[in-house]
Amino acid sequence: MEKIHFYHALKVVEEVCIGCTHCMNVCPTSAIRVKNGIANINKNACVDCGECLKACPVNAIFVEQDDFTKIFNYKQRVALLPTVLLGQFPDEIKEEQIYAVIKELGFTHVYEVDETADILTDVTKNYMHKNYQNRPFISSFCPAIVRLIQVKFPALVDHIIHLKPVIDISALFYRKKLMDEGFQREEIGIFYVTPCAAKIAAVKSPVGTEEMLIDGVINMDFIYNKVLLSIKQNKEKAKEVPLKRHLSRRMIGWTLTNGEASQYSGRCLAIDEIHNVIEVLEKLENEVISDVDFLELRACDHSCAGGVLATENRFLAIERLRKRAAYHHKNRPEILKEREIEKYRSYLLDNISIKNIEPRSIVSLDTDMMVAMGKMKKINRIMRVLPGIDCGACGAPRCQALAEDIVQGKAKMTQCVFLQKMLVKEELISPQESFDISEKTWGKERFEKKNIKGK
Amino acid sequence: MEFRFEIEGGNFSKAGTASSEVKKILKQLNVDPKIIKRTVVSLYEAEVNVVAHAYEGEMNVEIIPDKVSVTIQDKGPGIPDIDQAMQEGYSTATPKVREMGFGAGMGLPNIKKNSDQLNISSKVNVGTIVEIVNYLK
Repeated sequence: MEKIHFYHALKVVEEVCIGCTHCMNVCPTSAIRVKNGIANINKNACVDCGECLKACPVNAIFVEQDDFTKIFNYKQRVALLPTVLLGQFPDEIKEEQIYAVIKELGFTHVYEVDETADILTDVTKNYMHKNYQNRPFISSFCPAIVRLIQVKFPALVDHIIHLKPVIDISALFYRKKLMDEGFQREEIGIFYVTPCAAKIAAVKSPVGTEEMLIDGVINMDFIYNKVLLSIKQNKEKAKEVPLKRHLSRRMIGWTLTNGEASQYSGRCLAIDEIHNVIEVLEKLENEVISDVDFLELRACDHSCAGGVLATENRFLAIERLRKRAAYHHKNRPEILKEREIEKYRSYLLDNISIKNIEPRSIVSLDTDMMVAMGKMKKINRIMRVLPGIDCGACGAPRCQALAEDIVQGKAKMTQCVFLQKMLVKEELISPQESFDISEKTWGKERFEKKNIKGK
Repeated sequence: MEFRFEIEGGNFSKAGTASSEVKKILKQLNVDPKIIKRTVVSLYEAEVNVVAHAYEGEMNVEIIPDKVSVTIQDKGPGIPDIDQAMQEGYSTATPKVREMGFGAGMGLPNIKKNSDQLNISSKVNVGTIVEIVNYLK
């Protein structure tokens, strides 16, 4: 097995984790095991979708972000905002105020990431026309989905559109623009405000490219709190930054469900929420769904508005964004200064492609088919003695997962509580041994706290 | 290694489960994704044929290091003229069914296209046996 490690933004705080099974059971790639009473995330299998974070009852899983003071390492400090950020705030807070606070925090430039969506749409149309044989096309928008396809659906990697997502195109655009204004490359720091963990992972270990286009990532809930705090405390109202630019309705809609799929002709589907996506990818792999041109697939329910770092209810956030889009559309049809990007079109087009997206299957039992077959036989034998009720008490999400772990040398048969009871009854292991095994899985504390006899 | 899956006639909501199981197994065995795809597409077609035409059937899968051999056997009406059924576009489906998007008659030729060896034998009013072999290297 290759030993490449991937950056993941989802981390477990060991002191807080109570070693319950919530995260383990919801992980769509079965990446989590409980050992010594703590959840362990397998880095090769994790796709940073954030399901575990949402399921954790004690907030032991968090999204690791960059230290905010890192922005001051740069003379030019660019904040790239996701469009959903503006949907987080109540109606009485104006865009201008939000921008003002973000500048007060120390940024010299504030831009919205979806400003380059139109360029990507044009290039994608061309790409789909040229690479017709790779139909159906899968958008590269959601990094969790790109990773999901790499690990679980390796046969489908060629269907992913090999073009950079808007976040990267925007980073390229703003860096180049500032360089043209006379700043050195290393003076410019571009920081993305992220609504999810997957975007962070994509920034830190990009797929299909070696360049690091973004210098740091800040969690959206952090900015949300800063903005609200500042507005609530500054009673005299922060000096508003007059906005000379507004996103078009199309750009505002880009990160919402159907934002991409609505732009292309042919048969286009928009699917959100990771389990829905998995269902569709299964069908795609079996060729049960064919004759589709474009698939917009996003890991979060209601796309980025449902990101794990979004604070506002996603339905309310979407309603606000739609209102904002309609308002700008009606009242300011001319998008000011937007055409500036046209000057950079050819530069962006030269840099828009991504190279190979490597499949890295977590499904195969071994790279050698003969060895894999031997392992599968063992798994099937083990499955016959396991109870098959997927209780999770062994620290693996399902009996099948435990059987695979055993065969891969990562777990022992005796971790199964049913087998333990059988072995104790048959006097093959002592009750103490059985107890020790359970302690290893669930940690000493789990057993210390309980005083069964009472008093 | 051998696996056996039952196929229920007339239950379209479950059509494809056997082929999906085979797909899972082949993925675990690190078979080339292109070969998996061919195999699964051919098995899916054959499985749907059982669901659509027969009363019941089963899929028996044998995997040995260099090939996967699958036998799909059903109890059903059988195919009176296999050569005719093998022709592209031939279908016994009524115009009404075709309007619904089924019965394009691509089944058997598509199985042939996606398998290395295909053998079909059938007895009218008894059933059909489809044997598919794909090499794994």
